[in-house]
Amino acid sequence: MTQKVYIFKRFERFWHWSQAGLIIFLLITGLEIHGWYSLFGFERAYNNHVIAAWTLVGLWVFAIFWHFTTGEWRQYIPTTKNVMLMVRYYTQGIFRGEPHPHRQTALSKHNPLQRLAYLFMLVVAGPVIWTTGWLLLFYDQWGNWGLADLSLATVATWHLIAAYTFLLFLIVHVYLTTTGATPLSHIKAMITGWEEVH
Amino acid sequence: MDPALAESERARTTADHSKFKELQQDFLSGPEVTRACLSCHTEAAKQVMHTLHWKWETINPKNQQRLGKRHVVNNFCTSVGSNLHACATCHVGYAAMTDKGLIEEPERVDCLVCHATVSYSKPTGLGGNVVAKDVELPPGSGNVIRGQNLRKIAQSVGKTSRRSCGTCHFMGGGGDGVKHGDLDSSLEDPDRKLDVHMDVEGLNFTCATCHQTDGHRVPGSRYTPTAADKDGPMIRGKGSERNPATCQSCHGQTPHKGRNAGKLNDHTVKLACQTCHVPAYARGGIATKLSWDWSTAGRRDAKGKQFVVKDKDGNKIYESRKGSFTFGENVKPQYMWLNGEVIYTLPGDKVDKSAEPIYINRYLGSPDDGRSRIWPVKVFHGNQPYDPVNKTLVVTHLAGADDTAYWTNLDWHKAIETGMRTAGLPFSGQVDFIRTLSVWPITHMVAPKEDALACAECHSRDGRLAKVEGVYIPGRDHIPLLDQTAKWLAILALAGVLVHAGIRVYAHIARKRSH
Repeated sequence: MTQKVYIFKRFERFWHWSQAGLIIFLLITGLEIHGWYSLFGFERAYNNHVIAAWTLVGLWVFAIFWHFTTGEWRQYIPTTKNVMLMVRYYTQGIFRGEPHPHRQTALSKHNPLQRLAYLFMLVVAGPVIWTTGWLLLFYDQWGNWGLADLSLATVATWHLIAAYTFLLFLIVHVYLTTTGATPLSHIKAMITGWEEVH
Repeated sequence: MDPALAESERARTTADHSKFKELQQDFLSGPEVTRACLSCHTEAAKQVMHTLHWKWETINPKNQQRLGKRHVVNNFCTSVGSNLHACATCHVGYAAMTDKGLIEEPERVDCLVCHATVSYSKPTGLGGNVVAKDVELPPGSGNVIRGQNLRKIAQSVGKTSRRSCGTCHFMGGGGDGVKHGDLDSSLEDPDRKLDVHMDVEGLNFTCATCHQTDGHRVPGSRYTPTAADKDGPMIRGKGSERNPATCQSCHGQTPHKGRNAGKLNDHTVKLACQTCHVPAYARGGIATKLSWDWSTAGRRDAKGKQFVVKDKDGNKIYESRKGSFTFGENVKPQYMWLNGEVIYTLPGDKVDKSAEPIYINRYLGSPDDGRSRIWPVKVFHGNQPYDPVNKTLVVTHLAGADDTAYWTNLDWHKAIETGMRTAGLPFSGQVDFIRTLSVWPITHMVAPKEDALACAECHSRDGRLAKVEGVYIPGRDHIPLLDQTAKWLAILALAGVLVHAGIRVYAHIARKRSH
């Protein structure tokens, strides 16, 4: 017997998918800029990267506003409670067809592992990539900003480390969307807002 | 020049020199013409005699080195030294430059070589003198030099032109395009592709449009180059000692407009404009020399005569009197940091064979000194005679009818002995060869913007700036360990989730079966 709960609101879904698209596009263009392959050509890759980055900045302005006005930021308050339960589920329970240990509700959308992972992306990987990205965009202004001693190579390397972190997050994140009540239930929830729960 | 353009040029000038009574005479020598010029332009010769064009000497203010053609040794024909009757053909005087020094007589200034607007040529071998009547040179050789119609030439005078400057500057190193690579006779009538400013159908700049000359002092110098001009466009009334020949003196610091302007303008703190805007030199169909190996000179054919070997394009790749050459067209420059300081290896300076190749002129620069830019340069490779005992580059006596000139006798010992004696330098009598490099800034042949370098020319693993250190270039620079780690982590993550998914599917099927 399954029932449906309304988890993800309209703006949240819009935010998620547009952010997903932009991050994937930023990875594709960013890795080209770094010299991994040639797809758009350096100039177009660079231009597209910058346009996508500014678009994401705009999206984030709205998203941050939304998180604070709705109180949704609380979804990322970390907890260690039940983390081991989640680990046990992913390493054992899931293979035995056990029910998901976390019960999704509109007030608690993310399981404890999700909370930790998203919080890490939001407060560590995200800020690193934004700060370094802005610095790279305006590198000839560093002197005026009192940052003349900053090394371009260092800033670029941190930008890259953060980007690789996003890539790894993306791979695992996409896979874990298949671990809901049915393989597609999480994705459906992120499209329609309604999550099937056991 | 296009007749319509010539007409508009005439319409702008207030003086038609063909109507001047001072010039209604059949001049018999160059100095006679100059005397006529000076009767009106009373200060002109004095002005010229203060310039590098006359003195062939300049003191580098940064390191006090005495430079200029009279003093340096290069890795082309090496030095003017005892060869003045040939080399001084390009001196702005009538046999004024001699082994003993300059003859500082105003009437020896050659006004015509810069200001003639009709054909004017001076034979090599007369130290810069012009002939008004046909002469056989050398006497008895059957080689007749046509006398120049100095009356007609004097009456033609006007502003300098690409051709008049090019008479010497296109021919540096002994032939068209030989030395610089970005200066050759294709710039007499260039199209837009070759030089966007000099384009005959377009802006039609002359050399002096940029090398804006004041009192005969022509700005712009490769002895004391302006590596980084950090000022905006020059404004009338703001008199300054600035070099008006820089790109920035017109275009300022933020020259790019439209798409990508911001990012392109950011580049001006690291790059010279020329780095992107002169994508290649020798683009006008005239090959430039890339190397010169004197050590192979001196061979004779079966009859004991000097000989020449040409490649399929007609370039001389071997000459008995000069050695072996390589040539190039459409050559991609090399790139290096330049801050405007140049150190020459002068005759008499010690050179160390173990430190080959020796820099004839070393351009200084660094990414950290705040005054350097990455510049395109032509690096010219030489292999030239030197004195292995005194450990110095040598001055060679090449041209001349005398017994010691190398081009006559192919005898290094005699040629160097004469050359070094003229220069007042010791010579041990031993001759060896040493590999040298000379560096020539690339600044002319500015391509139209659509031909400027695309990003990936430098922003790639093995791009044009692959060897330029001290700057992080996205697309070029990477930490292999970091990239490889990230790659393997991503592969592991993918493999991990696939294995996990596989176990899930397997377990799911197994459970279904057991039910």
